[in-house]
Amino acid sequence: MAEKISNKDVFFNPFSKTNPVVVQVLGICSVLAVTAKLEPAIVMGISVIAVLAFANVIISLLRNTIPTNIRIIVQLVVVAGLVVIVEQLLRAFAYDVALQLSVFIGLIITNCILMGRLEAFAMGNKPWPAFLDGVGNGIGYAIILIIVGFFRELLGSGTLLGFQVVPDSWYTAGYVNNGLMILPPMALVVVACIIWVQRARNKDLQEAQ
Amino acid sequence: MENLNLFIRSIFVDNMIFAYFLGMCSFLAVSKNVKTALGLGIAVTFMLCITLPINYILQTYVLSAGALTWLSPDFADVDLSFLSLIMFIAVIASMTQLVEMTVEKYSPTLYASLGIFLPLIAVNCAILGGSLFMQQRDFGSVWTACVAGAGWGIGWLLAIVAIAAIRERLATYSNIPGPLRGTGITFILTALMGIAFMSFLGIKI
Repeated sequence: MAEKISNKDVFFNPFSKTNPVVVQVLGICSVLAVTAKLEPAIVMGISVIAVLAFANVIISLLRNTIPTNIRIIVQLVVVAGLVVIVEQLLRAFAYDVALQLSVFIGLIITNCILMGRLEAFAMGNKPWPAFLDGVGNGIGYAIILIIVGFFRELLGSGTLLGFQVVPDSWYTAGYVNNGLMILPPMALVVVACIIWVQRARNKDLQEAQ
Repeated sequence: MENLNLFIRSIFVDNMIFAYFLGMCSFLAVSKNVKTALGLGIAVTFMLCITLPINYILQTYVLSAGALTWLSPDFADVDLSFLSLIMFIAVIASMTQLVEMTVEKYSPTLYASLGIFLPLIAVNCAILGGSLFMQQRDFGSVWTACVAGAGWGIGWLLAIVAIAAIRERLATYSNIPGPLRGTGITFILTALMGIAFMSFLGIKI
């Protein structure tokens, strides 16, 4: 790594400037699939933060001993081990949410954020910065997940975390929930709107035509 | 007939991209032109066709509850399904490596056109997703698993080629607002195509 970036930047950059979802375009699959309601979005966010932080630390500790030819398999096995632990924990303590998330907990393994960060950061840095990078990127991912989950649940079901927030008087006045927001394609549109707002504010992120 | 039904359903109704949004990362990253998109699509279809039957065999004869009875009746209460994630991803990663080496040895031209995409496939969630869906759905035989794999792969291929074609045109003929260029507009396009694909819901043959 040519330029040395401070630990603070490593931790805070992923929140907005190098956000894994809207700037690096990693880990989109799960953003779309688990955000129809706010609660699974939060659980998914926390799981990814945990897996990413620990995977980063483990790979960073092993970085000098892993042969480059088989590094992908090693990385996958480390991540898979962590994901199995998270999956078993969720089944033990939050069974309903685990059922809702179904295959998507397993798919954390192939969440590109993990491979991207392991490849780009953990393979070349010490454990402590790698841990910060993992937590930072995990939080950046969770932020997007929660924003998308918030709007989709609010507009799609009129609830937040299962509690009704749209008053009954609105419904009697003719307000109707937007059923389209529950469907997966709308998650893409919400993410596109986030990208739009964010790139309108950071001009240097815009792509040339 | 049942397999044909499953095949069509896997392509259109259960489309990996538009119905489950799996394999999105490479879908967004490698869809700038039709030719590379086609290459990646073929590679993904191929891997799905191979890994799904293998994982099906693993699932039925090793991993699921009581699957080891063919070894000896003592194993009837052994349930290894908590290992399935690790086994599946290990199969996928090693198959990717194996296919890469075979293709490199016997067909250098194909390798040259697919080369860069093959390692990427190990982390394509569509492949692992296929295996996990297979586990959830209890397919009847290896053959069924293979058919479903082919269907999902072709569905993915269709999706990525279609979006790549649209993006090629967009880049030349349209004036998109700055912040939406590239990634943003691709998201919206995918959403619109996803809504269109919903019209296939409920198809039965």
